[in-house]
Amino acid sequence: MRKVYLDHIATTPLHPLVFEFMLPFLKEKFGNPQSLHTVGQEASEAVEEAREKVAQLVNAKAKEIFFTSSGSESNNFALKGLALARRNRGNQIILSEIEHQSILHSTKSLEKLGFSVKYVPVDKLGLVDPDDVKKSITKETVLVSIMLANSEVGTIEPVSEIAEICRENDLLLHTDAVAAVGNIPVDVTELGVDTLSLSGNQFYGPKGSAALFIRAGTRVLPFIDGGIQEGGRRAGTEHVAGIAGLGKAAEIARDKMEERMKKSIPLRNKLIQDLPELVEHVILTGHPQKRLPFHASFCVEFIEGEAMLLNLDMRGIAASSGSACTSRALKASHVLLAMGIDHALAQGSLVFSLIEETASEDIKYLLEVFPPIIERLRKMSPLYSKYLEEKKG
Amino acid sequence: MIYSEKVMEHFQNPRNVGKIKDADGIGEVGNPVCGDMMTFYIKVKDNRLADVKFQTFGCGAAIAVSSIVSEMAKGKTLEEVMKITNKNVAEELGGLPKNKLHCSNLGADALHKAIEDYRERQKNLKKANSENSKVKDKDKEKCYCPYCEGPLEGLEDFCTNCNIELEECPECGKPAKKDEEKCLHCGATKVRI
Repeated sequence: MRKVYLDHIATTPLHPLVFEFMLPFLKEKFGNPQSLHTVGQEASEAVEEAREKVAQLVNAKAKEIFFTSSGSESNNFALKGLALARRNRGNQIILSEIEHQSILHSTKSLEKLGFSVKYVPVDKLGLVDPDDVKKSITKETVLVSIMLANSEVGTIEPVSEIAEICRENDLLLHTDAVAAVGNIPVDVTELGVDTLSLSGNQFYGPKGSAALFIRAGTRVLPFIDGGIQEGGRRAGTEHVAGIAGLGKAAEIARDKMEERMKKSIPLRNKLIQDLPELVEHVILTGHPQKRLPFHASFCVEFIEGEAMLLNLDMRGIAASSGSACTSRALKASHVLLAMGIDHALAQGSLVFSLIEETASEDIKYLLEVFPPIIERLRKMSPLYSKYLEEKKG
Repeated sequence: MIYSEKVMEHFQNPRNVGKIKDADGIGEVGNPVCGDMMTFYIKVKDNRLADVKFQTFGCGAAIAVSSIVSEMAKGKTLEEVMKITNKNVAEELGGLPKNKLHCSNLGADALHKAIEDYRERQKNLKKANSENSKVKDKDKEKCYCPYCEGPLEGLEDFCTNCNIELEECPECGKPAKKDEEKCLHCGATKVRI
């Protein structure tokens, strides 16, 4: 059976060159970067080399890159570190309604410490209106956090416009760029953000290896207290192999970004165009143009996401869904609900996210396999038969 | 795989899918807000379920539950069917993931509703067409709290049964009480600054 992996947003596979690059740091180059001796210094050089490569990927300075264990950690680090450092200046934080859980839950924790959160809405394509951010600012506002790209619907947010508003009002801006970095050009200077999260497992690097960009001169409280690693802001012996792998993945991403985008965009466009034509009552979610190049997301009416995923999996296709049944807390996607999609339709959420290896034959296979799966599940669906009866009159 | 082999087998080859046009009773439970919705149609002959069919909107568990409960019930007397519990159904399937036990395991409820509908119709001695005579289902808007296992009133992050707000534990992902510092599932402290 053909195996088609279309779940980039969950994680990308490890690039073979990244794997090779990491191996020595799991074997002979096992040193602790903080050790004075040669073994330690080899590891230290690898970490600093990786810092340079990650910095280059987002046009930052090496000293502005802090390694972490995940995108979620980077988001926690940024929000808690920035908000608490500015606590005496005010207590309001502005977020979009479609932020990642690691942003939403970080600010939930901050609320318990006396902060308040203002959520700005998104339109039906998932876009934040910078004007809404502007209108939400009060004299208590200290921090704004708006994601660069949403992994569930692929929409890319106008972060640089929001940054301008933040600058005018002397506010800090964090952006969760985990879904974007390594996949589309990201330049921290052009964006004008103060902090930015990125994660290796979204661009063919290893899991457990991520980073936070902190603009030089920005006050951020330490996230892990301890030794002097990562400028004393994130203590703990470095995950050298992971960091080296992240650096290598960043280097490859920079070289191959254009090539990867050129390959994935036509395939994604085919999916976006053909799927709703092939099967009726399938709608695209997210922005049709301002979206991640590898990302195609839909809502399929009258049926539920998990049942679709299981059927696709049986045909060798790995995809994901924001349906309540696929989340362990059994909640419908807050992103889709924020975009005004109703609960029933949100249950039919389906995300196909392409990886580097995705070939046009894979998309062809998906387009072949998809309609009979949907037909089978709709035949079982009481909502579909109600629809058919109503249509008949 | 999150499901047992038996669940997957029923999910792939569900028995008794469809509608019965001149059904003697119809039972509907769940709603799309919780994720699952089931409609059961029954034909009754000599106090036995001569035929059972179902339609289900929902996840793998919901489809498998519908399928197996239809098999369990077919040919049984109404009294026997009324004794089938959701727990029996889950056991018959070789178990279900804990968080699916209540949201998706509604098959027995739906079947009981269909029988109640049948009995109601018998009482009223009128066999109107099935669309108009559906049992008014006051439980229709109910989901189940995956935490305390009580019914929820449609809003999936508040349980009126145990009066708690629910949220996903950032540590283990399981639903936990919102205001509690520690997650009861994994013991993680939810506020860590």
